[in-house]
Amino acid sequence: MTNPIQDIEKSDVILITGSNTTENHPVLSSYVKRAVKFKGARLIVVDPRRIPITRHAAQWLRPNLGTDVAWINGMMHVIINEGLYDEAYVQNRTVGLDELKQIVAKYTPEYVEEISGIPRAELTAAARTYAEAPAASILYAMGITQHVTGTDNVKSLANLAMLCGNVGIPGGGVNPLRGQNNVQGACDMGGLPDVYTGYQKVDDPAVRKRMESAWGVDRLPDRPGLTATDMMNKAYEGELKALYIIGENPMVSDPDLNHAEKSLKNLDFLVVQDIFMTETARMADVVLPSASFAEKDGTFTNTERKVQRVRKAVTPPGKAREDGVILCDLSKRLGYAMSYKDSREVMEEIARVTPSYCGINYNRIKAKGLHWPCTGTDHPGTPCLHMDQFTCGLGVFHAIDYRQPAEVPDDAYPLFLTTGRLLYHYHTGTMTMKTPGLNELAPACFVEISREDAAGYGLVEGDTLLIRSRRGKIEATARISEMAVKGTVFIPFHYAAAAANRLTHAALDPIAKIPEFKVCAVAIEKV
Amino acid sequence: MSASNRIQIDGKEVQFSPGETILEVAWRKGIAIPTLCYLKGASPTGACRICLVEVEGARSLVASCAAPAAPDMVVRTDSEKVIRSRKLNLELLLGSGHHYCVTCEADGDCRLQELAYEYEVETVRFTESPARYPVETNTLITRDFSRCIMCGRCVQACNDIQVNEAISYGYRGDASKIVTIGDRPYINSDCVFCGECVQACPVGALVAKPSRFKGKPWEMKKVRTTCSYCGVGCQMYLHVNKGRVVKVTGVDGIGPNYGSLCVKGRFGFDFIHDANRLNTPLVRENGALREADWDEALDRIARNLKKIIDKDGPDSIGFLTSARITNEENYVAQKFTRAVLGTNNVDHCARL
Ligand code: SF4
Ligand code: SF4
Ligand code: SF4
Ligand code: FES
Repeated sequence: MTNPIQDIEKSDVILITGSNTTENHPVLSSYVKRAVKFKGARLIVVDPRRIPITRHAAQWLRPNLGTDVAWINGMMHVIINEGLYDEAYVQNRTVGLDELKQIVAKYTPEYVEEISGIPRAELTAAARTYAEAPAASILYAMGITQHVTGTDNVKSLANLAMLCGNVGIPGGGVNPLRGQNNVQGACDMGGLPDVYTGYQKVDDPAVRKRMESAWGVDRLPDRPGLTATDMMNKAYEGELKALYIIGENPMVSDPDLNHAEKSLKNLDFLVVQDIFMTETARMADVVLPSASFAEKDGTFTNTERKVQRVRKAVTPPGKAREDGVILCDLSKRLGYAMSYKDSREVMEEIARVTPSYCGINYNRIKAKGLHWPCTGTDHPGTPCLHMDQFTCGLGVFHAIDYRQPAEVPDDAYPLFLTTGRLLYHYHTGTMTMKTPGLNELAPACFVEISREDAAGYGLVEGDTLLIRSRRGKIEATARISEMAVKGTVFIPFHYAAAAANRLTHAALDPIAKIPEFKVCAVAIEKV
Repeated sequence: MSASNRIQIDGKEVQFSPGETILEVAWRKGIAIPTLCYLKGASPTGACRICLVEVEGARSLVASCAAPAAPDMVVRTDSEKVIRSRKLNLELLLGSGHHYCVTCEADGDCRLQELAYEYEVETVRFTESPARYPVETNTLITRDFSRCIMCGRCVQACNDIQVNEAISYGYRGDASKIVTIGDRPYINSDCVFCGECVQACPVGALVAKPSRFKGKPWEMKKVRTTCSYCGVGCQMYLHVNKGRVVKVTGVDGIGPNYGSLCVKGRFGFDFIHDANRLNTPLVRENGALREADWDEALDRIARNLKKIIDKDGPDSIGFLTSARITNEENYVAQKFTRAVLGTNNVDHCARL
């Protein structure tokens, strides 16, 4: 997030898109609800489903799946046309407005209505509400990124925010809500193929040299490596021979599970390190038991870039060990001894090699976390990014055209399918499904379908349905719901027994390499 | 600040800012006033009348949590009259239900118990009233109406803090009850089991069911940590008894959550001690996984990785680190991949 969570209660207008906030980020959603109820903020929700937070919204816009660039361009069209943008801000802090103007010129509300299905008057009203707010914040999540146009979607939201001078002010910002507890941290720590910690590029010779001397090695690899999705593809093709997986379950979470299964089977050697015997671990050559978050010391970095402590409360079961300790032990057997007294010592090394974490240490974050960038031990941290200027100088507008999703409904597969999470479960359910109360509240997979579609197919609540896509098929019961709209069904992806990702499409965003989990075409029938 | 923005509390001159309640001014100045129903961040209800103070010129005692400070007010927080009424109110509250502390989940962490002791309530002068409503329970939350003092904190927590708007005041007089819409049990209501109400309840009327009979508060070690589910990063206490996590509560007074949690964070901790946790390394032999010790498992990994590096080069190995493990572990994982294996093929599944 560019802004801290607390800032939400300072916003005059909040635009939520592609985030089922109350179910996926419940505590953060309370900030939104309080802002609306007690601070008079106006909430605009743009989402293909009538998600629970729409109850608090002044306006709910319902776009067709995968048409985000179109409606965002449409809003900018209105804002530019009516002169509602922040001229001084655009003048002083950004470049590229002319190119943007050229592209959005054709996105009239009428044209956008054709693509997105959002009535022109509603789009215009939302554009005005957003533009006229002194401080407007945008919150988004996987509903924006998990598309072949994910990167375009994110850039478009940034365009909109910059156009109205909403980046770098309290109560504003473009704020991605991270789905998993430490996605932010995994990225910050260099758990990415092209960067070391703090987003320092692996192909920058100066950076590489620094890391080589810090780590005491002769030669670090100089080309960016493979992304997770590319690793799967290379395994499928037989070029990747071994995979070491920590704490993930691609056999439920990958798009196109049939492809994932073949890829993993094709490996010469698979190691899985986890706290449970997952669907993926079952396929491994070696399975290593690791410690859960309650059994170790360390830090997580949350969605607002705040580094917070994790503390050991209990001992791990049996022979299970902490993930870091396992890797250090293994490194010795491979001829390079990594060894640390404890996690505090690792954080000290992180601070030494990472400019944005350089002021962070355990003493400072004992009671309260720190937001990076934190560039010195007397630096207070940075809750709000881009205050006086953008990190990289001027903010650049990206002129972006709308592109269709990779797959749209046709005669054979007439319905849109979108996937997501439920309040009561988390990811592939390996943790939440151990709590009886949570299973009682969300026991099994279902297909959420609108009243109209249910009537069309002659369905009643609880009917067992066969859902087919070009990739595979699953069975689940019908749930007729006010949340669904005609033409689109929704399936939660938590359940291994009816894994929604047997159906989803592995088409990737070309830059972020994120699969299009949020759109594919399916057919349903009663069994 | 103008001179007229002053009040006197227990003989001390203090300044206030417009809109501040007497309670807030007093607390800011370190003057203790006890409260029961007052909930930070929510609009005051004035329900419990424990925070009573004497205000010169006022006809009756004033609930300090609801009364705004006014210029030149003279306030006494500990006059005999104040103490007597507080004690009387406590007796009434104790008599209003079935406050059998012995096996109450709140015993040792109960505001009513604490205050009754502090105000030296010897015995309950009023006969205990029989429970008007039976105990209601589901797998996560138990509602014991016989212990409810109708302070309303749960209603404020649900409506003003979490804004789930699942409960409100129902019925009147002696029949008063905190109700969901249509007075249905929680499990069939709009309740989303965030447990904000449970944490707000000052007595044992709302209880986290999975933690029932799992230990008295003084037996628990509270370990402060960060939630391991979504990216909000709520600050929480793991309550540990006999080496097991038996309860989770939100850390009050600190961001990002200021005491709030969601259903996953508050109740989704059973996995920690689940019988199916992996507890030994496993290696594949003749097609099946069998138990192994660490040396065997790690040697096997080292041997195979070396072989693959020698034959096909380091770039034929991939490493998927995790958005679930700590920063320190992610750091070690990418360092391992780059410095030890010699490839940049490291990523995590956040995109998935
Ligand atoms: S658990 Fe949460 S939603 Fe349910 S009544 Fe309590 S505060 Fe409201
Ligand atoms: S249930 Fe607890 S918090 Fe709610 S009114 Fe009763 S005593 Fe107060
Ligand atoms: S308690 Fe809920 S909202 Fe808070 S971090 Fe955990 S999962 Fe997210
Ligand atoms: S705390 Fe003031 S009336 Fe209860």
